[in-house]
Amino acid sequence: MTRWGVVTFPGSNDDQDAAHAIEQVLGEKVVPLWHKDRDLQGVDCVVLPGGFSYGDYLRCGAMARFSPIMESVVRFAHAGGLVIGICNGFQVACEAGLLPGALVRNRSLRFVCADVRVRVEQTDTPFTNQCNTGEILTLPIKHGQGCYVADAATLRALEEERRVIFRYVDPSGRATAQGNPNGSMNNIAGIVNAGRNVLGMMPHPEHATEKMLGSSDGLKLFRSVVQAIRSGRAERAPAVPPGH
Amino acid sequence: MRARIYVTLKRSVLDPQGKAVEQSLHSLGFCEVRDVRIGKYIEMELQSDDAEQARARIEAMCRQLLANAVIEEYRFEIQP
Repeated sequence: MTRWGVVTFPGSNDDQDAAHAIEQVLGEKVVPLWHKDRDLQGVDCVVLPGGFSYGDYLRCGAMARFSPIMESVVRFAHAGGLVIGICNGFQVACEAGLLPGALVRNRSLRFVCADVRVRVEQTDTPFTNQCNTGEILTLPIKHGQGCYVADAATLRALEEERRVIFRYVDPSGRATAQGNPNGSMNNIAGIVNAGRNVLGMMPHPEHATEKMLGSSDGLKLFRSVVQAIRSGRAERAPAVPPGH
Repeated sequence: MRARIYVTLKRSVLDPQGKAVEQSLHSLGFCEVRDVRIGKYIEMELQSDDAEQARARIEAMCRQLLANAVIEEYRFEIQP
Protein backbone atom coordinates (compact mmCIF):
# COMPACT_ATOMS: atom_id res chain seq x y z
CA MET A 1 0.00 0.00 0.00
CA THR A 2 1.24 3.51 -0.71
CA ARG A 3 1.56 6.00 2.16
CA TRP A 4 0.35 9.57 1.71
CA GLY A 5 1.05 12.40 4.13
CA VAL A 6 -1.68 15.04 4.16
CA VAL A 7 -0.57 18.23 5.87
CA THR A 8 -2.95 20.29 7.97
CA PHE A 9 -2.01 23.92 8.55
CA PRO A 10 -4.22 26.14 10.71
CA GLY A 11 -6.77 27.23 8.12
CA SER A 12 -6.42 24.27 5.76
CA ASN A 13 -9.88 23.12 4.72
CA ASP A 14 -9.35 20.58 1.96
CA ASP A 15 -7.12 18.25 3.97
CA GLN A 16 -10.05 16.00 4.87
CA ASP A 17 -11.24 15.92 1.27
CA ALA A 18 -7.79 14.86 0.13
CA ALA A 19 -7.65 12.21 2.86
CA HIS A 20 -11.11 10.97 1.84
CA ALA A 21 -10.12 10.70 -1.81
CA ILE A 22 -6.91 8.84 -1.00
CA GLU A 23 -8.23 6.54 1.71
CA GLN A 24 -11.89 5.95 0.89
CA VAL A 25 -11.89 6.21 -2.89
CA LEU A 26 -8.39 5.04 -3.73
CA GLY A 27 -7.92 2.64 -0.80
CA GLU A 28 -4.42 3.86 0.04
CA LYS A 29 -2.97 4.78 3.45
CA VAL A 30 -3.19 8.37 4.75
CA VAL A 31 -0.85 9.70 7.43
CA PRO A 32 -2.19 12.97 8.84
CA LEU A 33 0.63 15.49 9.31
CA TRP A 34 0.18 18.49 11.61
CA HIS A 35 1.94 21.75 10.78
CA LYS A 36 4.00 21.48 13.97
CA ASP A 37 5.23 17.96 13.13
CA ARG A 38 8.71 17.42 11.74
CA ASP A 39 8.54 13.69 11.09
CA LEU A 40 7.07 12.73 7.72
CA GLN A 41 6.74 9.13 8.97
CA GLY A 42 8.10 7.54 5.86
CA VAL A 43 5.35 8.70 3.49
CA ASP A 44 5.73 8.22 -0.26
CA CYS A 45 3.95 11.43 -1.22
CA VAL A 46 3.06 14.64 0.62
CA VAL A 47 -0.12 16.59 -0.15
CA LEU A 48 -0.20 20.30 0.69
CA PRO A 49 -3.96 20.87 0.65
CA GLY A 50 -6.19 23.78 -0.22
CA GLY A 51 -7.58 26.27 2.25
CA PHE A 52 -6.49 29.48 3.85
CA SER A 53 -3.39 28.54 5.81
CA TYR A 54 -2.69 31.06 8.56
CA GLY A 55 -5.65 33.09 7.34
CA ASP A 56 -3.78 34.01 4.13
CA TYR A 57 -2.12 36.73 6.22
CA LEU A 58 0.47 38.88 4.45
CA ARG A 59 0.32 36.78 1.25
CA CYS A 60 -1.35 33.45 0.51
CA GLY A 61 1.03 30.72 1.63
CA ALA A 62 3.61 33.12 3.05
CA MET A 63 3.32 32.07 6.69
CA ALA A 64 2.79 28.34 6.14
CA ARG A 65 6.22 28.20 4.59
CA PHE A 66 7.78 28.81 8.02
CA SER A 67 5.93 26.03 9.82
CA PRO A 68 8.07 23.16 11.17
CA ILE A 69 6.51 20.61 8.80
CA MET A 70 7.57 22.65 5.77
CA GLU A 71 11.25 22.32 6.66
CA SER A 72 10.81 18.56 6.40
CA VAL A 73 8.70 18.81 3.26
CA VAL A 74 11.30 21.00 1.54
CA ARG A 75 14.07 18.54 2.48
CA PHE A 76 11.89 15.64 1.28
CA ALA A 77 11.23 17.41 -2.04
CA HIS A 78 14.92 18.20 -2.56
CA ALA A 79 15.69 14.51 -2.03
CA GLY A 80 13.25 13.64 -4.83
CA GLY A 81 10.16 12.95 -2.70
CA LEU A 82 6.78 13.45 -4.35
CA VAL A 83 4.87 16.57 -3.31
CA ILE A 84 1.52 17.82 -4.60
CA GLY A 85 0.45 21.35 -3.73
CA ILE A 86 -3.20 21.97 -4.49
CA CYS A 87 -4.63 25.51 -4.55
CA ASN A 88 -3.37 27.05 -1.28
CA GLY A 89 -0.80 24.22 -1.30
CA PHE A 90 0.42 25.50 -4.70
CA GLN A 91 0.77 28.98 -3.17
CA VAL A 92 2.67 27.48 -0.22
CA ALA A 93 4.99 25.54 -2.57
CA CYS A 94 5.76 28.73 -4.52
CA GLU A 95 6.41 30.74 -1.37
CA ALA A 96 8.65 27.95 -0.08
CA GLY A 97 10.70 28.10 -3.27
CA LEU A 98 9.77 24.56 -4.35
CA LEU A 99 8.18 25.96 -7.49
CA PRO A 100 8.92 29.15 -9.44
CA GLY A 101 6.55 32.08 -9.89
CA ALA A 102 3.68 33.26 -7.73
CA LEU A 103 -0.11 33.28 -7.59
CA VAL A 104 -1.76 36.67 -7.46
CA ARG A 105 -5.29 38.03 -7.37
CA ASN A 106 -7.53 36.80 -10.16
CA ARG A 107 -7.60 39.25 -13.01
CA SER A 108 -11.38 39.56 -12.66
CA LEU A 109 -10.91 40.43 -8.95
CA ARG A 110 -13.60 37.84 -8.29
CA PHE A 111 -13.39 34.65 -6.32
CA VAL A 112 -14.10 31.94 -8.88
CA CYS A 113 -15.85 28.71 -7.94
CA ALA A 114 -16.51 26.61 -11.03
CA ASP A 115 -15.74 23.43 -12.88
CA VAL A 116 -13.04 24.15 -15.45
CA ARG A 117 -11.42 22.21 -18.26
CA VAL A 118 -7.74 21.59 -18.00
CA ARG A 119 -5.65 20.01 -20.71
CA VAL A 120 -2.97 17.52 -19.74
CA GLU A 121 0.17 18.86 -21.42
CA GLN A 122 2.73 16.29 -20.29
CA THR A 123 2.36 12.69 -19.21
CA ASP A 124 5.97 11.88 -18.30
CA THR A 125 5.47 12.92 -14.69
CA PRO A 126 4.59 10.91 -11.58
CA PHE A 127 1.31 12.85 -11.50
CA THR A 128 0.00 12.31 -15.01
CA ASN A 129 1.32 8.93 -16.17
CA GLN A 130 -2.25 7.56 -16.29
CA CYS A 131 -3.41 10.37 -18.59
CA ASN A 132 -3.06 10.86 -22.32
CA THR A 133 -1.30 13.90 -23.74
CA GLY A 134 -3.92 16.47 -24.69
CA GLU A 135 -6.58 14.78 -22.60
CA ILE A 136 -9.05 17.24 -21.09
CA LEU A 137 -10.01 16.86 -17.45
CA THR A 138 -12.94 18.52 -15.74
CA LEU A 139 -11.84 19.73 -12.31
CA PRO A 140 -13.23 22.35 -9.94
CA ILE A 141 -11.43 25.52 -8.96
CA LYS A 142 -12.32 27.77 -6.03
CA HIS A 143 -9.92 30.61 -5.42
CA GLY A 144 -9.52 34.38 -5.35
CA GLN A 145 -5.78 34.39 -5.99
CA GLY A 146 -4.97 31.80 -8.61
CA CYS A 147 -3.52 33.94 -11.36
CA TYR A 148 -0.13 32.42 -12.10
CA VAL A 149 2.64 34.92 -12.82
CA ALA A 150 6.35 34.55 -13.45
CA ASP A 151 8.99 36.64 -15.19
CA ALA A 152 9.64 36.10 -18.89
CA ALA A 153 12.77 33.98 -18.36
CA THR A 154 10.99 31.65 -15.90
CA LEU A 155 8.02 31.31 -18.20
CA ARG A 156 10.27 30.47 -21.13
CA ALA A 157 12.13 27.86 -19.06
CA LEU A 158 8.85 26.29 -17.93
CA GLU A 159 7.69 25.94 -21.53
CA GLU A 160 11.02 24.77 -22.93
CA GLU A 161 11.52 22.19 -20.20
CA ARG A 162 7.91 20.99 -20.64
CA ARG A 163 7.08 21.79 -17.06
CA VAL A 164 3.62 23.20 -17.69
CA ILE A 165 1.54 20.13 -16.87
CA PHE A 166 -2.01 21.49 -16.91
CA ARG A 167 -3.43 24.37 -18.93
CA TYR A 168 -6.89 25.93 -18.79
CA VAL A 169 -8.72 25.48 -22.07
CA ASP A 170 -12.02 26.55 -23.61
CA PRO A 171 -14.76 24.09 -24.62
CA SER A 172 -12.99 23.48 -27.93
CA GLY A 173 -9.83 22.46 -26.07
CA ARG A 174 -7.77 25.55 -26.92
CA ALA A 175 -5.85 27.63 -24.41
CA THR A 176 -7.67 30.89 -25.08
CA ALA A 177 -8.50 33.89 -22.89
CA GLN A 178 -12.07 32.63 -22.81
CA GLY A 179 -10.94 29.37 -21.26
CA ASN A 180 -8.76 31.12 -18.69
CA PRO A 181 -10.69 31.59 -15.43
CA ASN A 182 -8.19 33.73 -13.53
CA GLY A 183 -5.83 35.42 -15.98
CA SER A 184 -2.91 33.03 -15.47
CA MET A 185 0.02 33.60 -17.82
CA ASN A 186 0.03 31.10 -20.70
CA ASN A 187 -3.21 29.67 -19.21
CA ILE A 188 -1.11 27.82 -16.65
CA ALA A 189 -3.12 25.67 -14.23
CA GLY A 190 -0.31 23.44 -12.97
CA ILE A 191 3.47 23.15 -13.15
CA VAL A 192 6.24 20.88 -11.92
CA ASN A 193 9.73 21.67 -10.62
CA ALA A 194 12.83 20.86 -12.66
CA GLY A 195 13.10 17.44 -10.97
CA ARG A 196 9.46 16.73 -11.94
CA ASN A 197 8.72 15.48 -8.40
CA VAL A 198 6.85 18.55 -7.12
CA LEU A 199 3.52 19.49 -8.68
CA GLY A 200 1.57 22.67 -7.99
CA MET A 201 -1.93 23.14 -9.38
CA MET A 202 -4.87 25.43 -8.69
CA PRO A 203 -7.66 23.00 -9.74
CA HIS A 204 -8.75 20.45 -7.13
CA PRO A 205 -8.32 16.81 -8.19
CA GLU A 206 -9.42 15.66 -4.71
CA HIS A 207 -12.87 17.21 -5.25
CA ALA A 208 -13.30 15.23 -8.46
CA THR A 209 -12.79 11.62 -7.48
CA GLU A 210 -16.34 10.27 -7.52
CA LYS A 211 -19.07 10.49 -10.13
CA MET A 212 -21.52 11.84 -7.56
CA LEU A 213 -19.25 14.86 -7.13
CA GLY A 214 -19.71 15.72 -10.80
CA SER A 215 -16.42 14.37 -12.08
CA SER A 216 -14.00 11.60 -11.24
CA ASP A 217 -11.25 12.92 -13.51
CA GLY A 218 -9.11 13.85 -10.51
CA LEU A 219 -8.64 10.16 -9.73
CA LYS A 220 -6.27 9.85 -12.69
CA LEU A 221 -3.82 12.09 -10.91
CA PHE A 222 -3.92 10.06 -7.70
CA ARG A 223 -3.70 6.79 -9.63
CA SER A 224 -0.69 8.13 -11.50
CA VAL A 225 1.09 8.77 -8.22
CA VAL A 226 0.28 5.28 -6.95
CA GLN A 227 1.68 3.87 -10.19
CA ALA A 228 4.82 6.01 -9.89
CA ILE A 229 5.41 4.93 -6.29
CA ARG A 230 4.93 1.24 -7.14
CA SER A 231 7.25 1.31 -10.12
CA GLY A 232 9.80 3.25 -8.05
CA ARG A 233 9.65 0.52 -5.41
CA ALA A 234 9.97 -2.20 -8.03
CA GLU A 235 13.10 -0.54 -9.39
CA ARG A 236 14.64 -0.32 -5.95
CA ALA A 237 13.74 -3.87 -4.96
CA PRO A 238 16.66 -6.32 -5.07
CA ALA A 239 16.69 -8.37 -8.23
CA VAL A 240 15.70 -12.00 -7.70
CA PRO A 241 18.46 -14.30 -8.96
CA PRO A 242 17.38 -16.63 -11.77
CA GLY A 243 16.14 -20.02 -10.61
CA HIS A 244 14.66 -18.70 -7.36
CA MET B 1 13.10 53.29 16.48
CA ARG B 2 10.11 53.12 14.19
CA ALA B 3 10.16 51.61 10.71
CA ARG B 4 7.70 52.25 7.90
CA ILE B 5 7.82 49.67 5.14
CA TYR B 6 6.06 49.89 1.78
CA VAL B 7 5.56 46.74 -0.27
CA THR B 8 4.27 47.28 -3.80
CA LEU B 9 3.65 45.13 -6.83
CA LYS B 10 6.41 45.24 -9.43
CA ARG B 11 5.70 47.32 -12.53
CA SER B 12 5.63 44.15 -14.62
CA VAL B 13 2.85 42.60 -12.52
CA LEU B 14 -0.67 43.58 -13.46
CA ASP B 15 -2.61 45.15 -10.57
CA PRO B 16 -6.30 44.49 -11.21
CA GLN B 17 -7.18 45.99 -7.84
CA GLY B 18 -5.50 49.25 -8.80
CA LYS B 19 -7.31 49.17 -12.15
CA ALA B 20 -10.70 48.71 -10.49
CA VAL B 21 -10.04 51.57 -8.05
CA GLU B 22 -8.91 53.77 -10.93
CA GLN B 23 -12.15 53.10 -12.80
CA SER B 24 -14.18 53.89 -9.69
CA LEU B 25 -12.32 57.16 -9.23
CA HIS B 26 -13.01 58.03 -12.85
CA SER B 27 -16.70 57.37 -12.41
CA LEU B 28 -16.66 59.67 -9.37
CA GLY B 29 -15.32 62.42 -11.59
CA PHE B 30 -11.62 62.19 -10.67
CA CYS B 31 -10.74 61.94 -14.33
CA GLU B 32 -7.16 63.11 -13.89
CA VAL B 33 -6.26 59.85 -12.10
CA ARG B 34 -3.88 57.51 -13.91
CA ASP B 35 -1.94 54.38 -13.05
CA VAL B 36 -3.33 53.47 -9.62
CA ARG B 37 -1.23 50.84 -7.87
CA ILE B 38 -2.18 49.29 -4.55
CA GLY B 39 0.38 48.05 -2.06
CA LYS B 40 0.92 47.27 1.57
CA TYR B 41 2.10 49.50 4.37
CA ILE B 42 3.75 47.93 7.41
CA GLU B 43 4.80 49.75 10.57
CA MET B 44 6.94 48.36 13.32
CA GLU B 45 8.89 49.30 16.40
CA LEU B 46 12.50 48.12 16.53
CA GLN B 47 14.45 47.81 19.74
CA SER B 48 17.71 49.09 18.37
CA ASP B 49 19.74 52.30 18.50
CA ASP B 50 21.93 51.49 15.54
CA ALA B 51 20.26 52.80 12.37
CA GLU B 52 22.65 50.98 10.05
CA GLN B 53 22.05 47.69 11.76
CA ALA B 54 18.29 48.32 11.78
CA ARG B 55 18.39 48.90 8.02
CA ALA B 56 20.19 45.66 7.46
CA ARG B 57 17.69 43.82 9.66
CA ILE B 58 14.69 45.31 7.81
CA GLU B 59 16.26 44.42 4.47
CA ALA B 60 16.51 40.83 5.68
CA MET B 61 12.90 40.84 6.92
CA CYS B 62 11.69 42.12 3.56
CA ARG B 63 13.66 39.55 1.63
CA GLN B 64 12.67 36.62 3.83
CA LEU B 65 9.04 37.35 4.60
CA LEU B 66 7.51 40.78 4.12
CA ALA B 67 7.86 40.92 0.33
CA ASN B 68 7.82 38.22 -2.33
CA ALA B 69 10.63 39.14 -4.72
CA VAL B 70 8.86 37.35 -7.58
CA ILE B 71 6.05 39.89 -7.66
CA GLU B 72 6.84 42.68 -5.22
CA GLU B 73 9.40 45.33 -4.40
CA TYR B 74 9.85 47.21 -1.13
CA ARG B 75 11.22 50.40 0.32
CA PHE B 76 11.30 51.64 3.88
CA GLU B 77 12.21 54.51 6.13
CA ILE B 78 13.23 54.51 9.76
CA GLN B 79 12.84 57.19 12.37
CA PRO B 80 14.58 57.36 15.74
